[in-house]
Amino acid sequence: MAIKKRHLMLGNLACVHGAIYAGMRFFAGYPITPSTEVAEGCARELPKIGGKFIQMEDEIGSIAAIVGASVAGLKSMTATSGPGYSLMVENIGYAYMTETPVVVINVQRGGPSTGMPTKGSQADTMQARWGTHGDYTAIAVAPSTVQECLTETIRAFNLAERFRTPVTVLLDEVIAHSREMVTIPEKGEFKVYDRVKPTCTPEEYVPFEMTPNGVSPMAGFGEGYRFNVTGLTHDTMGFTTNRPEEVSPKLDKLANKILKYRDETVKMRTEMMDGAEIAFISYGSVSRAALQAVMLARKAGVKVGTVQLYTIWPFPEKQLREICAGCKKVIVGELNMGQMIYEVERVLPNNIKIHSIQRYDGEFLTPMQLLEKLDEVL
Amino acid sequence: MATVKETNQAEKQKSDVMLQYLRPKKKFPSVWCAGCGNGTVMGAIIRAIDKLGYSKDEVVMVSGIGCSSRMPVYLDFSSLHTTHGRALPYATGVKFAKPHLKVIVITGDGDALAIGGNHFIHACRRNIDITAILINNYIYGMTGGQGSPTTPSKAFSTTTPYGNVEKHFNPSELAMAAGATFVGRTTVYHVPQMEKMITQALEHKGFSLVEAVSNCHTYFGRLNRQGDPVAMLKMFKDLAVPAARAKNMTPEELEGKLVTGVLQDIEKTEFCDEYQKVVDAHRGVK
Ligand SMILES: Cc1ncc(C[n+]2csc(CCOP(=O)(O)OP(=O)(O)O)c2C)c(N)n1
Ligand code: SF4
Repeated sequence: MAIKKRHLMLGNLACVHGAIYAGMRFFAGYPITPSTEVAEGCARELPKIGGKFIQMEDEIGSIAAIVGASVAGLKSMTATSGPGYSLMVENIGYAYMTETPVVVINVQRGGPSTGMPTKGSQADTMQARWGTHGDYTAIAVAPSTVQECLTETIRAFNLAERFRTPVTVLLDEVIAHSREMVTIPEKGEFKVYDRVKPTCTPEEYVPFEMTPNGVSPMAGFGEGYRFNVTGLTHDTMGFTTNRPEEVSPKLDKLANKILKYRDETVKMRTEMMDGAEIAFISYGSVSRAALQAVMLARKAGVKVGTVQLYTIWPFPEKQLREICAGCKKVIVGELNMGQMIYEVERVLPNNIKIHSIQRYDGEFLTPMQLLEKLDEVL
Repeated sequence: MATVKETNQAEKQKSDVMLQYLRPKKKFPSVWCAGCGNGTVMGAIIRAIDKLGYSKDEVVMVSGIGCSSRMPVYLDFSSLHTTHGRALPYATGVKFAKPHLKVIVITGDGDALAIGGNHFIHACRRNIDITAILINNYIYGMTGGQGSPTTPSKAFSTTTPYGNVEKHFNPSELAMAAGATFVGRTTVYHVPQMEKMITQALEHKGFSLVEAVSNCHTYFGRLNRQGDPVAMLKMFKDLAVPAARAKNMTPEELEGKLVTGVLQDIEKTEFCDEYQKVVDAHRGVK
């Protein structure tokens, strides 16, 4: 087997390579630390492969442009940080409602407001789930290494295309701005999923048709299928409706097309959970510290393991319950004032004691801090 | 003078053309008040497209939110009815992704110039090949008659109950200043002119704006005692000054008038073309 070429690369740039691997051909964005290298990478790389890059006048324009481009048939992405994500959420809601696949990278920084542009955070965890108004089900994924920035971005596109929905990639500044060795996968090494296109005649086309799996085939503009797309609640033809018998099925569709297959959206990594009485639960950069802490603690004879979530939303309820079934205690580690812990509390049974360690001063959680916490709860 | 029979025939032909472009599966009637200028603008757009012989599959209509922005829903093209103020960036995405598509934006004065004002000037600046039809009725129709960025000083709306204390935008001048390469103003009284202007705008390469002054008799007309649709159309007729004549008039003489006609028609490089050159250079295309 040929030895693969490895590149020293920034997390943000690995996202670009992952996106291109997944077929992204349209990027619109607005510069914001700590995500800017994603836009810069796209500006450099996309013209080389016939793709499109545009710097918009703001983040609202950026999300609007990528949704437009996706409706026109191109796999599309934008990247931002908290202040920009906040500006985007109305139109991310439009993508939910119109069932338009797009990928939004949010390199989280401290907040609220302008907060700490150059400091890491995981304080948008809940925003990625509940950011836009109304009822919907969100998908968000989170890498913890630079290589995973690449692979999780591929997964984000696959989920977006499969379920016709926006997907958020939750990075934190620490990973986005780390440089690590990355292998760019060969063609065919990872499955790349493309949206299902209609095979019927234009006359037969029902753009928001109720299908057994909840996902309607998606034509692109200009491909001979003329249809209406609106953010107003609509019937299966895409026309506005207020009729109760059409409204709830539409909203059910938005949720169920994902929830029915939620097991297939789940991705998590468990280490040393065999016989573990205590488990760290975390995502992103915190998981790296947790892994180190657990290795050290195991050497000292402590029965502790770690659970790293790659899929944050939908929250992996069943899987987490199963994995933690033998635990007496868990420690939820987060770079915020406590967000994911609400989900863990909701999901785990009462006999498991839930502890937390949170950091929101812009620094990341170190293995030493996690070990100290472990000591405390033992 | 055309005979009654001739006029009837011409009208029938017009409505036959309209029927060809209305969406067969959309449930009518429309949401518009009887006599609203939006329908007049829709007719002019259809006839312009028909005259140019575009196929229905190559036309994409994008709109924001407002009474005017409901138009694309009724027409048998691909349509993207987006969020308030954002039609232009959505349209930018569609056009840039598939430059062969004819992208037409329908927007209102509030949609384009208040919440969407930033996108408006940047679309003009970028000179992307999109035709925007801005239906300027001086008020927020959809939400029930609030003041807009084009509501004239002293005019009444539900949020300017004592008369507007603000200054207003002139959409066409704003577009020209921002770099739009084709700009024209017309009114719902001047239907043949509107049709021709939309045809020119569609044929123009680059960003084109047609400002279609229109009647919202339900709110603007009623609150400002301008009467029914017919009275408002007559008012537009009286206020209109052709651009050629306006050249020789002083600002004082033009105060409150509507300068109509093509106001700007220039050539500049177009955004999608320029980007394609970058792509071609990478691929060694000469
Ligand atoms: C973000 C947001 N803010 C406010 C509204 C409410 N809204 C809907 S239409 C409209 C004004 C429309 O006025 P205009 O663009 O002039 O169009 P018209 O109805 O007069 O054709 C407003 C304020 C909205 N839909 N979305
Ligand atoms: S409210 Fe005004 S703009 Fe809206 S449909 Fe009625 S007349 Fe037209």
